[in-house]
Amino acid sequence: MTPGLATKPPFWLLAELTYRCPLHCVFCSNPVDYARHDAELDTATWKRVLAEARALGAVQLGFSGGEPLLRDDLEELVAHARGLGFYTNLITSGVGLSAARARGLRDAGLDHIQLSFQDSTRELNDFITSTRTFELKAKVAAIIKDAGYPMVLNCVMHRFNLPHVGRIIDMARRMGADFLELANTQYYGWAWHNRAALMPTVDELRDAEAIVMARRQADDGRMKIFWVSPDYADAQPKPCMAGWGAVFLVVAPDGVALPCHSARMLPGLDFPNLRDVGVREAWFDSAAFNAYRGDAWMNDTCGSCDERGKDHGGCRCQAFLVAGDAAATDPVCRKSEHRDRIDAMLAAATHRAAPVAPLRFIPGAAHGGGLVFRGDAMSLSLSEPVAARDLSQALP
Amino acid sequence: MIDPAAPPAVSPMYRLQFEQAQDAWVLLYPEGMVKLNTPAAEILRRCDGRRSVGQIVGELEVAFARDHLRADVEAFLAQARDQGWLAQAAQ
Repeated sequence: MTPGLATKPPFWLLAELTYRCPLHCVFCSNPVDYARHDAELDTATWKRVLAEARALGAVQLGFSGGEPLLRDDLEELVAHARGLGFYTNLITSGVGLSAARARGLRDAGLDHIQLSFQDSTRELNDFITSTRTFELKAKVAAIIKDAGYPMVLNCVMHRFNLPHVGRIIDMARRMGADFLELANTQYYGWAWHNRAALMPTVDELRDAEAIVMARRQADDGRMKIFWVSPDYADAQPKPCMAGWGAVFLVVAPDGVALPCHSARMLPGLDFPNLRDVGVREAWFDSAAFNAYRGDAWMNDTCGSCDERGKDHGGCRCQAFLVAGDAAATDPVCRKSEHRDRIDAMLAAATHRAAPVAPLRFIPGAAHGGGLVFRGDAMSLSLSEPVAARDLSQALP
Repeated sequence: MIDPAAPPAVSPMYRLQFEQAQDAWVLLYPEGMVKLNTPAAEILRRCDGRRSVGQIVGELEVAFARDHLRADVEAFLAQARDQGWLAQAAQ
C-alpha cells in the first residue's frame, strides 16, 4: 500500500510510562534489555504525545509499564488524557493502588482498571512474580470495585496455572470482575527466554479451553471471559496488533514509538523517538512503521494467501524469533516452512516432566531453577552484546 | 434485573461520546469502541436515567417529524439491553 494514503490513524495508544516494576514475572512483555532504556519521558513530553495522538484520532489509551503507579504524575496524565477525550485504561499489577489513590484517579477521570493476577493460589501467584503480592492483589480488587470502576482481571496462562483455570474463573467472579482475560502466554522477551518451562502440552490447553467453554455456557454472562488463542497449538496465525502500524501505537518509557510491545528487539529497524519527532510523522512517515504495513512486504506464501486480509501475515516478532527472519511467514502457520520448529517445541512439552514449583514462596528459591525472573540485573546480563546475539539465534 | 418500564440509562461500564475522527457517536468501554448509527445514537443520547421511554419516543418523533416510532425505539432498547449497554435499574 502507499504509505500515508490508505493508512488510518492509530486507534489505540499504549503509554508505557515506566519499565520500573515491583514484580519479576517470568513472562513479562517488556523487552529483555529494558534496563538499558531507563531514561523516562517527563510529564510535559507525555502530555504533548497524548495530545498529538488524540488529535490524529486515537481513542483508547492504556497507561501501562512496568508499573504505571510508580509514576507520581499518573493522576496529572490521566486528567490531561480525559480532558482530551480519551477512554483511559490503567493496566496495573495493583501494587501501589490504595483506596485513596483509586478515588484520586477516578476523580481525575480514569475510566477503567485492568488488574493482573498470576494465579488463583497465593503460592503460585507469589512464585511466578517472585513477590508476596497475592493478598495485596485481592485487596486491590475490592478497592477497584468499591471505587466503582469497570474491572478487567488479566491472568497470563501457562503450564503452571492452566490446570487451575476453573478456580481462576471462580476467583474472578467472587471479586466482581466485569471481564476476565485468560491470556495464554505469547512467547516473546522474557517468556521466549522461559519458553521451555512455560510451554503447556496441547492436551493441557485443550482441557483448559473445554472448561472455559463449559463455564461460559453455564454462567449467566455477567462476566465476559476472553480466551486468548494459544497460537502455537491452534496453528492459527494471530492478526497481530490487527496489522503492523494499523491501529496500535506503543510508546515506550524512553519515548520510542513502536507498533507492538516486542518490536524494539527486531534488528535493522530504526524506530522513531517521540522526543525528536511528532506522533504524526512517526506513525505515517517513518520507515519502521511502514516496514510491514499492508501486504507489499509479504513473501509468496502470505502474498497469495486468502487469509492475508484477516491475519495480516501473523506476527513479525514471532517470525524473527523462530524463523530468524521478520519478513517470513508466521511460523505457527501450517503453510510456513518453519512450522516444524513450532511442532518440535510442542512435542518437547509433551515429553518433558512438569516443572517443579515450590509449595510455598521462598525468596530466592528459584535462582538456578530453570526459570529466568525479570529484574534489572538479569536484564543487563541477558542483553550484553554477545548474549543478545545468542538469544536471537537460539532455536527450540 | 433491568425493569423495562424504568427510565433507561447508559451503563456506567460505557461512555457515550462524539468522535470527530469517526464523524459518529460511539460507545467506549474497556479496550473497545462501538460506532453507532444515527438512530442508535439519537436514542442512547437520551438514555440519561431521567427520561422515560415515552418521553424519548416523543422527543424523537418531534425531532425527526415522524409518528409511530415507539416500536422501533423499544426494539432498539431491547437490543441495547442484551448488549449490556444499559444500566441495571436501582434495586
